[in-house]
Amino acid sequence: MASKRTSKAKKVARPAAGSRAAAPAVKKTAPRKAPAKAAKPAGAKAKAAAPKPSKRKPAAPKAATVRTYSPDAAKAVAKDMARWMREDVDRSKAKMPLRKAEFTTDSGIPIPDLLTLADRQKERPEDMGLPGQFPYTRGPQSTMYRARLWTMRQFAGFGTPQDTNARFKYLLSQGVTGLSTAFDMPALMGYDADHPMSLGEVGKEGVAISTLKDFEILFDGIPLDKVTTSMTINASAIVALCMYIAVAEKQGVPLEKLGGTIQNDMLKEFIAQKEWIVGPRPAVRIVVDMIQFCQQHMPRWHPVSISGYHIREAGATAVQEMAFTLADGIGYVEECVKRGMDVDDFAPRLSFFWDVHNDFFEEIAKFRAARRIWAKVMKERFGAKDPRSMMLRTHAQTAGVSLTAQQPYNNVVRTALQALAAVLGGTQSLHTNSLDETYALPTEDAVTIALRTQQLIAYESGVDRVVDPLAGSYYVEHLTDEMEKLGMEYIRRIDEMGGIIRAVEEQYPQKEIAESAYRFQREVEKGERIIVGVNAFKSDRAAPIDLLKIDEQVAHEQVERLEKVKAGRNEAAVKAALAKVEAAARGTDNLMPPVLEAVKAYATLGEVSDVFRKVWGQYREGGMF
Amino acid sequence: MAERKLRILVAKPGLDGHDRGAKIIARALRDAGMEVIYTGLHQTPDMIVSAAIQEDVDAVGMSIMSGAHMTLFPAVIDLLKQRGASDIRIFGGGIIPDDDIPRLKKLGVDEIFTPGSSTQDIVRWIHAHIPGRA
Repeated sequence: MASKRTSKAKKVARPAAGSRAAAPAVKKTAPRKAPAKAAKPAGAKAKAAAPKPSKRKPAAPKAATVRTYSPDAAKAVAKDMARWMREDVDRSKAKMPLRKAEFTTDSGIPIPDLLTLADRQKERPEDMGLPGQFPYTRGPQSTMYRARLWTMRQFAGFGTPQDTNARFKYLLSQGVTGLSTAFDMPALMGYDADHPMSLGEVGKEGVAISTLKDFEILFDGIPLDKVTTSMTINASAIVALCMYIAVAEKQGVPLEKLGGTIQNDMLKEFIAQKEWIVGPRPAVRIVVDMIQFCQQHMPRWHPVSISGYHIREAGATAVQEMAFTLADGIGYVEECVKRGMDVDDFAPRLSFFWDVHNDFFEEIAKFRAARRIWAKVMKERFGAKDPRSMMLRTHAQTAGVSLTAQQPYNNVVRTALQALAAVLGGTQSLHTNSLDETYALPTEDAVTIALRTQQLIAYESGVDRVVDPLAGSYYVEHLTDEMEKLGMEYIRRIDEMGGIIRAVEEQYPQKEIAESAYRFQREVEKGERIIVGVNAFKSDRAAPIDLLKIDEQVAHEQVERLEKVKAGRNEAAVKAALAKVEAAARGTDNLMPPVLEAVKAYATLGEVSDVFRKVWGQYREGGMF
Repeated sequence: MAERKLRILVAKPGLDGHDRGAKIIARALRDAGMEVIYTGLHQTPDMIVSAAIQEDVDAVGMSIMSGAHMTLFPAVIDLLKQRGASDIRIFGGGIIPDDDIPRLKKLGVDEIFTPGSSTQDIVRWIHAHIPGRA
């Protein structure tokens, strides 16, 4: 066996430099110099690789095809390491035992005593690639933040549309580069402000929206061809997108010029966030209608933001967040393909959304591993040909669930570390949470600190100047590989169950998440997991912070406006439009055109949602815990 | 006769779907030997009160993250009163600002557990304040 391996190694070693999967020894620098020199006259490319024909070691020619470390070097390191373990580590442990018997990441991935060059031998060079190249481990763009910083997108929405409009304008004046809208619970669940289920919730967790009139106020004075807007809405996303289109039309902005994202990820709603109107299958059908409509008419729009954020916040580990989210993505792609769409027609517009939690390196690895898995899945499983179909682009948000009510100013530091991880992981846009969000929606001052945190990272820390700075870190690469492996195991398990929709119906991800959440809580309570200010380093001195309060007046104002709109609209037109929505829902026509017509006639968000309830029934989940 | 197990209804009123806390509490109370009924999401005060009476519970624990606590707690307490079930104790938790806690207690909420509370604190509180029945 051993001899076989040697002879094989010899065979591949001979074609040497430049050959794929070969292992040119680090020692043998001479033969590698030659081709680099020879390539020099080839022009600009070669010049870039080796700026001066000096004695300096040339950069690896045509990287990604060359293995950097030789097996010999690795063997030497492994031998060294064995001695080090025996002599140094064991001796040290005898003198001073380790703080823990076993170190793991927050997801439970074991962390060895040390990783070395020897561990890199397991790595396949094709898994790494270059930035902007398959499998995008190192980032979706070749130049990353050297060309353009990530979008600083602060999620905002509260009270009346006037309140949120003012907050939008403030954020734009402070340097945010994209808007992000939070809707209140009634809007998210498909109820108008005057519905009994809306009692006490109007404008509380986001902006209150019932009709197109509210959207007109929300985006008043904001040119929709100049900003990109993200809308965090799912079950009633189709209504929100149609209202946005209608407002743009009134501003004279055509569909094809609208840029932005609508979250519209219903699978993760059933898994984690639990905002729904109808059940998984009709809900996914509406999502696919929207993907198809956007593909045909809105080339700059992201029709779904496949979100791990809520899955994580509900208690998933980083591995579970990544795996379930990618499985959701696979689910949408499968449904679109079933609809007869060509994967390269819609996949480039799919985008993702990660949570960024505390375990710094694991979070960075998550971004990298997710990009790699998605690229491979799109290429190998779905036969995508367009590189943009394989490129995972993502928004990220620091972990709300990691913030503590105790010693709230500590949250600024937590958020800064998480934001840094997102940037080192290569995010395309970022929201940083505010220090007061365990109590209420953030005040303007708190939001400003959160935004400044991103600006400090972007303009002062220097991390914007380098692409994928942690590539080649033994630890980060090891974690990236481990996360890929563990993520793929989950994806395979879900495939075996018959796909993600089936798994969701069987509550498989839900149960896995509840299990992890409970485990986490027990670790905290047993003191195995320290949360500064909560179960350690407590202080009695309360740090008072200002809180944003939403007046009950908001609900009255909203209901009043809703009544006025209803009194002034053409009832016959509303009825006719809603009938068309129902016909499309019962049949197979795309729902976007009739919903657009309905909202333009000032049909309410609740009325359109009621049509869905009538056709498919209100979804309810059993009380599993 | 042995004391019957404490029966607790864990409820998620309103539209907010953040059920991580509610599920953890439900499980911790069950692990502490109580009988726990979890309502599931999106319950109206009326549904919660009906379930509490039907299930003959000793207490209702409500988890509210949406900011609607000043509306939803009083609604449940009023309904319990109307139906002659005000012996059922009410406790709760979630995103509830400190200023609102004394107000809620005045309205009849027995205890509020804020973020960072340990499940064991809640178990201890229940044992100390909710008498078991034979």
